[in-house]
Amino acid sequence: MANEKKMWEIIVIGGSAGSFSVVSKILEKVPRNLSVPIVLCLHRLKDKREGFKEALEIKSNIPVREPCDKDKIEKGVAYLAPSNYHLLIESKEIFALSTTELVQYSRPSIDVLFESAADTYKGGVLGLLLSGANRDGALGMSRIKSKGGFTIVQDPKDASMPTMPAAAIETTTIDLVLDTSNLVSFFANIEKNLFIHAAS
Amino acid sequence: MISSSINENDIEVELEELNQLSQAILTKYGYDFTNYAQSSFKRRIIMVLKKNSIKSVGLLIQKIVQDPKFFEQFVTDITVNTTELFRDPSFFRVVREELLPILSNRPEFNIWHAACSTGEEVISMAILLKEEGLWEKAKIYATDINTAVLKKAAEARYPLRNWELFKQNYSNTNPKGKLEDYCEIKDNEIQFDKDLIKNVRFKQHDLAVDQHFFKFDFILCRNVMIYFNQKLQNRVFELLHNSLFLGGYLALGAKESLIWCKIADKFAAFNENEKIYKKIKL
Ligand SMILES: C[S@@+](CC[C@H](N)C(=O)[O-])C[C@H]1O[C@@H](n2cnc3c(N)ncnc32)[C@H](O)[C@@H]1O
Repeated sequence: MANEKKMWEIIVIGGSAGSFSVVSKILEKVPRNLSVPIVLCLHRLKDKREGFKEALEIKSNIPVREPCDKDKIEKGVAYLAPSNYHLLIESKEIFALSTTELVQYSRPSIDVLFESAADTYKGGVLGLLLSGANRDGALGMSRIKSKGGFTIVQDPKDASMPTMPAAAIETTTIDLVLDTSNLVSFFANIEKNLFIHAAS
Repeated sequence: MISSSINENDIEVELEELNQLSQAILTKYGYDFTNYAQSSFKRRIIMVLKKNSIKSVGLLIQKIVQDPKFFEQFVTDITVNTTELFRDPSFFRVVREELLPILSNRPEFNIWHAACSTGEEVISMAILLKEEGLWEKAKIYATDINTAVLKKAAEARYPLRNWELFKQNYSNTNPKGKLEDYCEIKDNEIQFDKDLIKNVRFKQHDLAVDQHFFKFDFILCRNVMIYFNQKLQNRVFELLHNSLFLGGYLALGAKESLIWCKIADKFAAFNENEKIYKKIKL
């Protein structure tokens, strides 16, 4: 199995209102020896800049970091877009940050992260979009799909705010629609899934 | 293979096209964008294409080369000018409480705002210096690549919609006065007292190509290096290092880091949280 090509090289997750507890559950269940990086873009209130990373860290099975500009991208780490900056994938090795205008009323914006991930990793991206009350992430998912990546959304019926996953479903092809418990088990078995999907 | 299709939401720009564009600009105008961070530079170029309904990078290159006026606007569009008064208040608080007391021991000192944008950072610093009684001692340069923002900076006038944010930021710096003491509100604008910046020299300076021009005790170079790749960042760190006196201080943006750069060992952290470093080696 060691020689087999992995399906995905990076996991990107976007979420807004109502996504925190789902992300937290996923991070609780991902294996400690996760062989890819996870990059999170979660909208947050401007005055709640502090403490977000710490809150995720409490339950997470892997380290959670807020990257600085040009920081290395390492496997087995969950990276959280810092508040008030867009987080971009500069290359397969490093991140970049930017403070350009809001995209979809958001900074960090999920579209910005997802699009740069798709441009860099092409088909090697697994994108997950969770609960949220706006349309950020839909175009990003569409870019992931058009570059040959894999797309998953939280089932709008299960999401506390359905707008965001529903917008993605409207905009592009979604490979899997999962409710919270299925999402959690998908990520608990992510190492196996990385290869199963490669075979199919 | 160079392809670029236009589709409202999904313009494709290849890296190779970005390189051709930067080369053309360098040859024609002497601005060097070749080592800007490709991920964000690409987004800016796509934004310019959309804004001007230009269908391909090839056509954009033509337009830029033929039309210097258009190029001026292009520079404004692709350089990111977002800034605030007292952006990251905790940084200014540390400058006020920990750094200025050290500088105050020097008979006079020089400050450089590198990439000052529209000048909010310069006004913020001037207010701190006034309140700490050090304004007379400071010689200040403020530079940017973009002459349009420098013009605005010299006017010290900002849209009123920023007022609440400015006030809130200022109030978190442990202020000694009221923001109203330094400005007047009229016609939907905030006009700062121009005396605040009468000792500031505004000048165009391109961190990517220009050399050092003076020696400083304190350089603020915040939120510009995120737009550069590591090669260019190394060049700029060297330039800033050369522009500092031994024992001088360098401030970076809240999410910028000096750890991996080539000359990191010539600096020591003065306050790692607020990204303030001290030059400890020549
Ligand atoms: C985001 S603003 C930072 C303003 C301020 N320092 C702050 O932190 O709020 C970035 C500025 O860098 C300037 N800039 C971009 N490239 C530059 C270069 N090569 N040399 C000098 N300034 C540059 C832009 O024109 C823009 O005004």
